[in-house]
Amino acid sequence: MIQNPRHDSTQNSLRRRDMKKSISIQSTEGHKIDSVESLRLFRESLIADEQTTGKMVNVCCGSGCMSSGSEHVREAFVREIKEQELEDEITVKKTGCHGFCERGPNVVIGPENIFYNNVTKEDVPEIISETLLENRVVERLLYEDPVTGQKCLYENDIPFYKKQKRIVLKNCGLIDPISIEDYIKVDGFRALAKILSQMTPEGVIKEIKLSGLRGRGGAGFPTGIKWETARNAPGEEKYIICNGDEGDPGAFMDRSVMEGDPYSILEGMMIAGYAVGASQGIIYVRAEYPLAVHHLSTAIARGTDMGLLGHNIMGSGFDFGIKIVKGAGAFVCGEETALIASIEGRSGRPRPKPPFPAIEGLWGKPTVINNVETLANVSRIALNGGKWYSEIGTPTDKGTKIFSLVGKVRNVGLVEVEMGTTLREIIFDIGGGIPGGKRFKAVQTGGPSGGCIPEELLDLPVGYESLAKAGSIMGSGGMLVMDESTCIVNIARYFLDFAQNESCGQCTPCRLGTKQMFKILQDITRGNGKPGDIEILLELSDAVKQASICGLGMTVPNPVVSTIRYFRKEYEEHIHEGRCRALVCRSLIFYRIKDYRCKACMKCLDACPVGAIIGAKWQVHEIDQSKCIKCGTCMEVCPKRFNAIECVTGRIESSGDKNE
Amino acid sequence: MSSVSLNINGITVRADEDATILTAAQDAGIYIPTLCYCPDVSSIGVCRLCLVRIENRRRLEPACRTIAEEGMVVVTDDPEIERLRQVILELILSDHDFNCLLCPKSGQCRLQELVNRIGINEHRFNRLEHTAKDLPIDTSNPFFDFNPNKCVQCTICVRTCHEIVGIDAIDMAYRSYDLRVSTFANKLLKESACVSCGECMERCPVGALVPKKAEYPTREVKTTCSYCGVGCGLYLGVRGNTIVRARGDYESPVNKGNLCVRGRFGYNFVNSPDRLSLPLMRAYDEYARPSSVVEVTEEGRPVTLPLVKREGKFVEITWDQAIKYVASSLAHYKGDEIAAISSARCTNEENYLFQKFIRAALKTNNIDHCARL
Repeated sequence: MIQNPRHDSTQNSLRRRDMKKSISIQSTEGHKIDSVESLRLFRESLIADEQTTGKMVNVCCGSGCMSSGSEHVREAFVREIKEQELEDEITVKKTGCHGFCERGPNVVIGPENIFYNNVTKEDVPEIISETLLENRVVERLLYEDPVTGQKCLYENDIPFYKKQKRIVLKNCGLIDPISIEDYIKVDGFRALAKILSQMTPEGVIKEIKLSGLRGRGGAGFPTGIKWETARNAPGEEKYIICNGDEGDPGAFMDRSVMEGDPYSILEGMMIAGYAVGASQGIIYVRAEYPLAVHHLSTAIARGTDMGLLGHNIMGSGFDFGIKIVKGAGAFVCGEETALIASIEGRSGRPRPKPPFPAIEGLWGKPTVINNVETLANVSRIALNGGKWYSEIGTPTDKGTKIFSLVGKVRNVGLVEVEMGTTLREIIFDIGGGIPGGKRFKAVQTGGPSGGCIPEELLDLPVGYESLAKAGSIMGSGGMLVMDESTCIVNIARYFLDFAQNESCGQCTPCRLGTKQMFKILQDITRGNGKPGDIEILLELSDAVKQASICGLGMTVPNPVVSTIRYFRKEYEEHIHEGRCRALVCRSLIFYRIKDYRCKACMKCLDACPVGAIIGAKWQVHEIDQSKCIKCGTCMEVCPKRFNAIECVTGRIESSGDKNE
Repeated sequence: MSSVSLNINGITVRADEDATILTAAQDAGIYIPTLCYCPDVSSIGVCRLCLVRIENRRRLEPACRTIAEEGMVVVTDDPEIERLRQVILELILSDHDFNCLLCPKSGQCRLQELVNRIGINEHRFNRLEHTAKDLPIDTSNPFFDFNPNKCVQCTICVRTCHEIVGIDAIDMAYRSYDLRVSTFANKLLKESACVSCGECMERCPVGALVPKKAEYPTREVKTTCSYCGVGCGLYLGVRGNTIVRARGDYESPVNKGNLCVRGRFGYNFVNSPDRLSLPLMRAYDEYARPSSVVEVTEEGRPVTLPLVKREGKFVEITWDQAIKYVASSLAHYKGDEIAAISSARCTNEENYLFQKFIRAALKTNNIDHCARL
């Protein structure tokens, strides 16, 4: 091995590290953890080893950062470090999602944990020469608080993180997701060791009940009660299913946990298996999440190699195996009975409940189905106790919840907050508010089955009941922020389009009701709304909600009902006045040229793709409304100093009418 | 079997332990509208018309799937349920072909009955595109047609094919609004695993699955199927002197209402001009040559020419002549020199008599049956 002669001072420590490294390699390859004690010793050796490690580069390789090029950044680091022969001093690590996807790719330099954002591969040599070798901070890569203008050196200084409470996401962005050693170092499998050595299955269920944990998939069923029902259900064979079929558009909470901290899900499933009396676990994950599938299957393989999965785990006599089933992409397969049908090889359609899966689930056996986030919470609760968890959050809603904050908000990303945090705090303090100086209009929570919450209710604390009372749902945690440029009727139409496509179609109200609602909303946005449409929409919503078989039908009218409830005026404007105040619905808007401002420069005339603009040099232009396709190109190309083209809405007699 | 007592619409009803609310109500004469319910197959509760309110339950429950429990208090129709049913029915109608006058199911259609019972006054909803698109009608099966434009996705046909027939030729395919009854790989019925038994057609509540030639009988005759020895009970629908329909006899312990393709559709031979009405004999034998035999041509028509040359041809004879000939031929042999094979198309009674005759009269056990071959 060639040492870099420039770094004499580190020679000693390097030698020490080499020695250590060989020990640790020896101890991890083929290492079996066969007792609680051996897990402890192994963790201690890993921690001792880490203390001698030099610099670390943690590149976020979650899906968000990956799509903004973090893989190139990581490769640049590896290449550069190799070229400079620093491999022994600097380790480059892939980590899971930090949640601050808006600013990706994110890079954390350890052990100081300096947080760089928007890193490109061109920045890599500078980071190496400045920060890693000279301990100097590269100022321009730090996050700058848009309010105070202050640079934030560490992750925790950034306002985005300040109000968050990261329990489930605590390892994401910190550890290498597929490295079992990294997971063990951060107290991984300690919870499992604790329950296997000290607790009875009933004790585990009691602890989970005490914690007040409720299902994070959307319905919010108390996890402890679900486990107890399955434990008490007759039958030798029982199953634990992890529901990773995250299908809400714009939601990526479960994805980040599966990609960034897969071992915590395995540990949660094992704890659930121990509590319920199951020895087989299945992770149902979307095939559209290849990275999650890869990380989970690697984690299962590593866990099995280490003896942490399989027969007689840690010498306790408890057996548990996990396999992965990939979903084929139907949204409705996130519903538990449809999910079971899908695993059994039938088409994914829900069946009426009861019987509930906890009594009669997969292959007719008692089955516990928990969401990814729920299971990730389990190991934290098992380790720290139910009481610790029950003290987080509000008296009715315990713990934290991850939201994927998307839409018209500055800091798009994943946020984990304590239950009871207000929507205003999430959107404005953590999310940084609305970009472009626009006004906040509504926030849609809970994905396509959620409702839109208006500005008046922004101080609503998030929780299962409070959101339900406002006509929305917690759902799996999607949070879509809309500003004044969003047309609320169009949003309702968008979600209903999704719903009517994703309905499994077996029950009449959902199959035909959502279709009819979509048609009516489409008519309204196209300017064909009729008086009475709002009432029909409400009646259909009620019928679909009450009469559908599964949770999909029961909740998909929410976007319509809540928008009518809070934004009825906008519906009425669309129907009666032909007005779309957000200027979104194409059939209701038109462009026109203010003749007194037009300088006849012919820019718009040349740009118009359909030749709808009439005019010539020295002749004021005019738009032929019969030809106009309302693409808005003319408005974009009209020089700002002329500002001669405007977009207006409302029924008009002639294009010359004054209409705001 | 022990029974439970429950309260439906204020009336105390006794029901068997495993009865559903629907059957309990029906036994007590209380009407609950259903579309996807069929007593012959399992209930899946997808049409949502039989929703009822049960005290202390959070949601409305489908009566066809909910087991009646002791002390249950059930309301089958209150204004809210009525309104829900109206909306659901209106939705179904918005996706249904309205051409009732030309529909062979008219008058026996469950949807018509529901509309009359529940009452629909106005068409508030948009017509959906299935009817406008006019999906192709599958006429490939020789006995019945499938018209997807009239299908209400009740899945009774699918459940019938799966649970009663066990062929699984059809299943529900696609999802959302595109959900439809489909064969494997969406082929024509003729190219699928379908055995044309028509059980699905028999149970279709609407005009989606109808026989090719739909004629209503004026009267029905109870009889036993003559195709094989199973002896399925069936009712032949007769119009004038012609059989126009056959349906299974639900009372028959043999088939409990089910029929196969032969029993259900194979009745055309009865009125066929090709049908034999007298015994035939191969006319080699001078002995059996009756004076008044009528020679039959290969086309099956009798000829009235003098019988000059008959070798190898079938000729019609009377029953008396036939029996006489058989008896005289058998008289040449004794005991085990004789072997007999009976037909699967005879009834059990005929087969019994035949073996009795062979064993007791001819004194041999050389008797077998063609179905064993």
